[in-house]
Amino acid sequence: MDKEYDIVVIGAGPAGLAAAIEARKNSVERILLVERAKELGGILPQCIHNGFGLHIFKEELTGPEYAERFINELVELDIEYKLDTMVLDIDGSKNVTMINTRDGIITVKAKAVILAMGCRERPRGALNIPGTRPSGIFTAGTAQRFVNIEGYMVGKKIVILGSGDIGMIMARRLTLEGAEVKAVLELLPYSGGLIRNKVQCLDDFGIPLLFNHTVTEIKGAERVEGIAYCQVDSNRKPIAETRKYIECDTLLLSVGLIPENELSKRADVKLDPVTGGPVVNESMETSVKGIFACGNVLHVHDLVDYVTEESRRAGRNAAQYVKGVGASDGTVIDVKGGSGVRYVVPQKVRVDNLEEKLELFMRVDDIYKEKKLIVKIDGEKVKSVHRKRLTPGEMEHIILDTNLVKGKESAFITVEVEKEGARI
Amino acid sequence: MYDVAVIGAGIIGCSISRVLSRYKVNAVLIEKEPDVADCTTKANSAIVHAGYDAKPGTLKAKFNALGNPMFDKLCEELDVPFKRIGSLVIAFNEEEMETLNKLYVQGTINGITGMEILDKEKVLEMEPNVSEEVMGALYAATCGVVGPWELAIAQAENAADNGVEILLNNEVRSIEKLDEGYRISTTERTIDARYVINCAGLHSDAINNMVAAESFRILPRRGEYNIFDKSVGGLVNTVVFPCPSKLGKGILVSPTVHGNLLIGPNAEDLYSKEAFETTSQGLESIWEGAEKSVPNLPRNAIITSFSGLRARGDRDDFIIEEAKDAKGFINVAGIESPGLTSAPAIAEYVIDMLKGIWTDMEENQDYNPRRRRMIRFNELDEEERRMLTEKDPRFGRVICRCETVTEGEIVDVIHRNVGATTVDGVKRRARPGSGRCQGGFCGPRVMEILARELNADIRNVVKDKKGSYVLTCPTKENREQENL
Repeated sequence: MDKEYDIVVIGAGPAGLAAAIEARKNSVERILLVERAKELGGILPQCIHNGFGLHIFKEELTGPEYAERFINELVELDIEYKLDTMVLDIDGSKNVTMINTRDGIITVKAKAVILAMGCRERPRGALNIPGTRPSGIFTAGTAQRFVNIEGYMVGKKIVILGSGDIGMIMARRLTLEGAEVKAVLELLPYSGGLIRNKVQCLDDFGIPLLFNHTVTEIKGAERVEGIAYCQVDSNRKPIAETRKYIECDTLLLSVGLIPENELSKRADVKLDPVTGGPVVNESMETSVKGIFACGNVLHVHDLVDYVTEESRRAGRNAAQYVKGVGASDGTVIDVKGGSGVRYVVPQKVRVDNLEEKLELFMRVDDIYKEKKLIVKIDGEKVKSVHRKRLTPGEMEHIILDTNLVKGKESAFITVEVEKEGARI
Repeated sequence: MYDVAVIGAGIIGCSISRVLSRYKVNAVLIEKEPDVADCTTKANSAIVHAGYDAKPGTLKAKFNALGNPMFDKLCEELDVPFKRIGSLVIAFNEEEMETLNKLYVQGTINGITGMEILDKEKVLEMEPNVSEEVMGALYAATCGVVGPWELAIAQAENAADNGVEILLNNEVRSIEKLDEGYRISTTERTIDARYVINCAGLHSDAINNMVAAESFRILPRRGEYNIFDKSVGGLVNTVVFPCPSKLGKGILVSPTVHGNLLIGPNAEDLYSKEAFETTSQGLESIWEGAEKSVPNLPRNAIITSFSGLRARGDRDDFIIEEAKDAKGFINVAGIESPGLTSAPAIAEYVIDMLKGIWTDMEENQDYNPRRRRMIRFNELDEEERRMLTEKDPRFGRVICRCETVTEGEIVDVIHRNVGATTVDGVKRRARPGSGRCQGGFCGPRVMEILARELNADIRNVVKDKKGSYVLTCPTKENREQENL
C-alpha cells in the first residue's frame, strides 16, 4: 500500500470538487481528489456559456467561473489532488489503484470513497444510424471541446441530432462562430433539454427544431456530405415517405448521457438500471458501505447547482462515516417512481439517519401540463406539488418534511404524476 | 527497377509481401489508401474458418485447409491477437441436420479434423444463450477469431522491417509492358518492376485489364455488421453459424478476439465498389438472422455498425494465376471468404509460383520473422505495468478510458514501420476509440498526439481517407491569438 487516506474522491468535476470541499469542512484531514484530465473542473472549463450558479450563488456565472470558485476554495483548504491521473481499479476494501506519469502506478487505501466520475455521451454507434462512416460526426461535447478548448471549428454546415442541452448550446456557439446550423432534429415530441436553452439557443437564432424527426442515413465517403432524415410514427419508426435530404458537412449528436460506472462495477456497487448510476440512500451512500456517489455518475443532471448540493451531502456523509458517526441502519424505506415518474433518487432512505428535510430528485416519463406530483407513503398521499409543466428534460425535486416518515414503520415512498381527474 | 511490385495492401498483399521478404528481393508494396488494411481487410467477420464449407477440389478448400493451421505460428511470431475458440453450425430441423452431415463429410474430404456432430443438449450446454429451438450442431474445434487488420498491418510492418518498401497513397493509374517487366504509373510516381503481383481486391479486375485481356470480373457483395459492448462479449463462447445457404455462411454471432460480440454479415450483390454504407434493411436483416441463433440480443449494447465489400470473383473460386498474355504478371483475385484464413497459404503458393517464373530467387539470410512485440497495457498485470511506467512515463497516461490505452502505446504505433498516420490508423493498431464511447473522449487527444509526433498541424490530421478532415478553421478567438 502506497499511502492511506480518509477519503478518496474520484473525479474533480463539480461533483468531486464540492464533495471534497464539504468533507474538509467537516474536519476530514486526509483527502485525495483524483482527476484524469490535466485540469480541475471536469466538463465546466469547456462550458463557456453562462447560466451556472443561479441557485447556489444567486448569480449567473459561466462554467469556468463556476468551477473557479470551487477550485479556489479547494486550494485555500489545502486539499491534496492529483491531475492527469486515471483510477484503474477500486476493490471491495476500498483500495484505489491509479496511474499517472509522475507516480507510475500507486494503490492507496481509503476509509471512504466518493464516486464522482460524471458521464459520457451516447455515440453514433449506439443509435445504429445507417450510412457511411465519414469524418464530421461528433458528439456535442466533443465538438464543444474542440471549439472552446482547442480553438478549432468542426464544420461549416451543421445538422444536430437530439435536443439535449449541450447540442442546443453548441447550435448557438457554432452559429456565433459563423457556421450554419441547418436544423436540430429530435426523435421525441419534446425537447430533451431545458426550455431556456431551446429559447435562447435555437429560437433566438432562428434555428429550426423538428420534433418527431430522426436521421435515417449518413452520406459521404470521406467527410459527411449530407444526411437524410424522416418523420417518425408513434412507435418512433421512420416514415419512409417523409424522407428529406440536407446537405451538410457535419453531424452533431446530442442524444443522451450515460453515467460512467465502469469503476463502480469493479467495486461491486449495485446500479439502478433506470438511472444507470448507483443505488444510493439518503446519505448518497451506495450499496457498498463507505462508497458514496454524487453528480452525473449517479444520475444525469440538468443544472450544476443541484450537482453541487447533492455532492455536498455526499461529502458531509462521507465525513460522518469516516468519523464513525451516525450511519445506523434501522428502518430502510424504498423510494420508487410511480406512474409517470421514471426514477427517484435516492432510492433508499434510512429513517433514523434523516436530516430535517428529505430531498427527492426525479424525472417524469412524458410531457404533462398543469399536473401535480404526488408523494405517497405506503400508498397514502402525504404531499402534492403543482407544476405548470413537467418534462423529461427537466429534473424535478421535492422536499419532504422528515417528520412525515420518522417514527413510522413505513415500507416505501412513491412519487407519481396525478392521473386524469385526480383530486387533491 | 524493382524485382517485384505488389499492388494492394490488404491481407493478401501484406501476406505476400512478408513471404517475399524472406528472399533477397527488391520489392515494393503499392497501396492507394493512406494506410494498409484499409478496405475489405478492415471490414469482415474476422474468422479463421475450420474448412468444411468449401467444395472439395476448389482452391478455397485447399487453401482454407492449409491456411488454418498456420495461424498459431504466424500470430505468435507477429504478436497478433488470435484465439482458437471453435465454431458451431447450428441446425433447427431435420433438413438442416442433414446439411450438418453433409458438411461433416465435406470437411473430412477437405482434410479437416476436430469436427463433431452434437445433439441439442450438448449444444445448449456449450452455448446456453443459443435458441432453445436448436436441434443439433456441427462443432469444429479448429475455428478461430483473429484481428484481421492487425494481421495485415503486422505483416506489412514485418515485411518493411525485412526490406520491402511500402508506398501508401499511391493509386495505380496505368500499367505498361516493358521489354523486361512492367511500368506502373501511380498518382504519385512511376515504378518499374520485373514482376507484378495483383492483389488489388475489389479493383483487381481493373488492374488486370490495364495490361492484360479481361479474364475475370469482381462482383462486390456487401455484408453489414454490428459490434456490441464488451460487457456482453461472453454471450457466446464459440463462433455460432446458422446452416449455410447459396449466398454464404450466413449470419454469425461471435465473440471478437478483443472480447466484443459481433453479428453479421448479410449478403447483398451490388454494382458499386464504393458502396460502403450500412442500410436500415441490412442492419435489420442481420438482427433477424442473429436473433434466430441467439434470441434476445441486447440492442442497447451495440457500439457500432459497419459494412464491408467482399471482392467476389466471377469464377466461384479464388483466381490465382499468371495472366496468359502478360508474363510475370500474377493475379491473386476473387479472394472472398475464406480469404482471410487462406491468406498465409495463398502467400506461400504465390511465392512458389513466382519461383517457378523467376528461378534464381535467393534466400534473405537476415530475414527476421518476428516484429518488435506490441505493448498492450490492458493485458499486463500490475507488476508489468509498474515496470513499464517506470521505464517510460508515457505509459502512465491513459488516453482511451474505455479500452485503457496509454499515450506510450499510441506513440509506439505511430513510430513503428508502416506506422499510423491517421486517427483510424491509430485505432486499428492500438484500439483507442474502439470502446463504448467510440472515441468521444480520446479522439481529440489522439489527434493532438498524432500532430505532435508527426510534426503536423492538427488541422491536417485526418480520420482515415485523404478527404476525411476533422477540423475546419481556428475559432475567432484562436485566430486573433494567432495574429498577435
